[in-house]
Amino acid sequence: MNFRSIRYVLSRIMLAEAAFMAIPLVVCFIYRDPLWDILSFVITIAALVACGLLISIKASRDGEIFARDGLAIVSLSWIVMSLFGAVPFSIAGATSNYVDSLFETVSGFTTTGASVLPGEVIESLGQGILFWRSFTHWIGGMGVLVFVMAILPMSGAGNMHIMRAEVPGPEVGKLVSKISKTAKILYGIYLAITLAETVVLMICGMNLYDALIHSFGTAGTGGFSNRAASIGYYTNPAIHVSISIFMLIFGVNFNVYYLILLRQFKKAFDNLELKVYFAIVGVSTAIVTANIIRQVGSFGESLNLSFFQVSSLITTTGYSTTNFDTWPNLSKAIVILLMFFGATAGSTGGGFKLSRIIILVKSAIREMKKLVHPHAVSSVRIDKKTVDEDTIHGTFVYFVVYASVLLVSFFLLSADPVSEDPTTSFTAVLSCLNNIGPGLGKIVGPAGNFGTFHFLSKILLTVDMLLGRLEIFPVLMLFAPGMWKRRRSMSKARLAKIYAEDDKRLGE
Amino acid sequence: MKIIIIGAGKVGRALAEGLSKEDHDVGVIDTNKTVIEELVNTCDIIGICGNGALYSVQEDAGARDADLVIATTGADEINMLICLLARKLGASHTIARVRDPRYERQLRFMRDDLGLSMSINPEKATAHEIARVLRFPTALKREAFAKGRVELIEYRIAKGSPLSDMRLSDLSSNVRAKVLICAVERNGKVSIPTGDFVLSEGDTVYITSSTAELRKFFGHMGVLRAGVDSVMIAGGSNICYYLAKELTETGIDFTIIDKNAARCNHLSEHFPHALIINGDATEVELLNEEGITRTDGFVALTDIDEANIIMSMYAIKVGVGKVVAKINRQSFADLVSRTTLTDTIISPSQVTAEQIIRYVRSMNTSPENGIVTLHRLVGGKVEAVEFNATAESGVTGITLSDLPTRDDTLIAVIVKNGNFIIPGGSDVIEEGDSVVVVTTDTALTSLSQIVRKGGVKK
Repeated sequence: MNFRSIRYVLSRIMLAEAAFMAIPLVVCFIYRDPLWDILSFVITIAALVACGLLISIKASRDGEIFARDGLAIVSLSWIVMSLFGAVPFSIAGATSNYVDSLFETVSGFTTTGASVLPGEVIESLGQGILFWRSFTHWIGGMGVLVFVMAILPMSGAGNMHIMRAEVPGPEVGKLVSKISKTAKILYGIYLAITLAETVVLMICGMNLYDALIHSFGTAGTGGFSNRAASIGYYTNPAIHVSISIFMLIFGVNFNVYYLILLRQFKKAFDNLELKVYFAIVGVSTAIVTANIIRQVGSFGESLNLSFFQVSSLITTTGYSTTNFDTWPNLSKAIVILLMFFGATAGSTGGGFKLSRIIILVKSAIREMKKLVHPHAVSSVRIDKKTVDEDTIHGTFVYFVVYASVLLVSFFLLSADPVSEDPTTSFTAVLSCLNNIGPGLGKIVGPAGNFGTFHFLSKILLTVDMLLGRLEIFPVLMLFAPGMWKRRRSMSKARLAKIYAEDDKRLGE
Repeated sequence: MKIIIIGAGKVGRALAEGLSKEDHDVGVIDTNKTVIEELVNTCDIIGICGNGALYSVQEDAGARDADLVIATTGADEINMLICLLARKLGASHTIARVRDPRYERQLRFMRDDLGLSMSINPEKATAHEIARVLRFPTALKREAFAKGRVELIEYRIAKGSPLSDMRLSDLSSNVRAKVLICAVERNGKVSIPTGDFVLSEGDTVYITSSTAELRKFFGHMGVLRAGVDSVMIAGGSNICYYLAKELTETGIDFTIIDKNAARCNHLSEHFPHALIINGDATEVELLNEEGITRTDGFVALTDIDEANIIMSMYAIKVGVGKVVAKINRQSFADLVSRTTLTDTIISPSQVTAEQIIRYVRSMNTSPENGIVTLHRLVGGKVEAVEFNATAESGVTGITLSDLPTRDDTLIAVIVKNGNFIIPGGSDVIEEGDSVVVVTTDTALTSLSQIVRKGGVKK
């Protein structure tokens, strides 16, 4: 284990988080928030800087980073970031205890958007605190380590392990040869689309603050809103439609945008995952529209509602314009399926990822073919490229581990007396593990909140959110035996002492 | 600069490592997926799996707007094809590795048609280095500057050497020879020493001077070894062929031992006067029988690093004067040289990488301002670079005591009109001089960079 490099990266993460936190602090001043809100940020920033500098003592950035160091760096960074990020909520009194704050923060960073706060409490919070709550989505969406790699000089070698652990998807590659340049391009695209959305929302009639909050929520595919009724608060259908479209945009693999920037349109759109993504959106929207038209009344309204909800769920954003818990059964089934699918790999969206599903389906078809022709040789091909067996194998393993986490969490959450029926506990876990936000049922549905759960359930769901965002393995690795084993080494002073004693003995 | 390396063998990997550290955009193409994956994990490069001789693969890698395409696959023909294709696609420069002596000879004939900027032959370059060291056995390594007028040699201070415990400022008064110790490696740490530096045994020092002055210096120290008269070469590879050719030209006797009978026949056709032995050089009896104790040079050139190390250890044990071992893996080379088991260690991939990196570095600057020669020392931690001094560099016409050079940089030698001087405070660099700079900053591209930030005080 390369503790020096791990400490170096962790210290940089803490300083970066302190810098990020300065933005809501400024917002606090602009909106003349209560003194405690301001203090909550000042104290946390001070703590982050102090701890960051403390652990950076004797840290080194030039050490070699191997796969397991990369995994450890990523999961530890996310844990540390969440632990500190939760502090302002507690100091400002937004939540009643630290576990709630942590749930809220992890929900933010992992771009889940599940809240423990009831709607009326959210609307009463200070503007700075609310800004931070949504800003965590934006930070967590693209990944804070990617950000650190974009701006900090790191040795470069081995950083691929970090990127691979943080960026979701079965296969992670670079856009250009330099990792720091890749990170810069990704953040550039991310920032540009976020700003574009802010402008569009302002044109549609939102004020700057609300536009930013909802752009952050969309960009990270998070789903925190500063309104109790989420996007349903706004009556202008233009807002609904533009947020739907931007959600879909952020659910697309960022490589596509890079290729568009390079004007390689053919390569950009000749992408099976992308086609499946839009096909699912289209088909689901059509079915849901037909299904809810009797309940809603007008065609236009039901199309608007279903398109928004479908976009929101497949990208794992979790915004809502209506309480889909009251929808007919077929539509609810689609909701659950969409929650499971998730967005495309390499986007800011969560979930199981469509590319994985494509790999699973294609290899299942291949296995069936093999039953008929036992000696048949065939490869799984996506976009005219053969998917290598390691990736297929990895996808299956991920599926098994993912399903296990889902089922175990479902079982554990069902023990909580608050979750009244299996739908509630299942969709709550599914929603957290896939970083969506709302589930189905009275408590976790779009109109409810997670506040009433037992604090152990909240911890369980917090862990699920982290597992989901980092795609399970980095977090699991922290508990793997042998991960932390280090060679017992002696300090120089101690060695010198031993040598001196030896010399003495020899002299005698 | 955008550089594409095709073929991730030993040389390709050494290049990818070196060039990506110098902040170039490096792409590597290889057909072997595992190799690419490993490389992507250890270096900051982009890896592409595919056949680099294919138009589509090269285009995918961006050969269209590449500044340099380097072909280092195992096959010469493919390398030439790759370069031809890359030029057609629009790459500005191409370098091909061509190893086969027969192709190399005809390369002059078709170089322009292929659009090659440079062709490299690792075996030939390595053989040349070995031959140079054999002629001056005191040095572990020899590098030439200013068309051979100045040399930089590597020397390890042995036990009981008069050099150990000597303060550098006393060196010139004790030893009447014009030499400069420009870098010292101690326990894996490199420093550019000042006058107060005290040498100790086990240090590896890098000394610059002319060959004659160096002979005088080592003669004075009583450690000068005469040039080698007879050499035993274990392993009849391509390097052996080129080495034998050079040795024949200089009139040094040599014996070649190789396991492969066909190879032995082939060599005996080319070198009818040499003694070619068909046998296993790792057999001690065979080495004794063929007179390892009587030769004063032993060169281990088999394909297996471990065998080369062991043979060299044996040769040192029986007291062969000069032992050279070819070791391909840098990690092995570090290990072995630290335990001082072997004399000179040479690695073809490093030799080649050094050549190409020198070329790449000088591509960045204008030809008259650029790097003339570049040698990497201590596994690439220190570089000795030769520049032509021009007026643009901003260092000419100033006495050196007024020139604020950087702490990590030392002006080792100035060559004026064919005469070399070890510069002191009162010397001046003039236009047209050749200047050799030793630096731990391994990204120097022009002479103007040796000045400390803040510039020249006027």
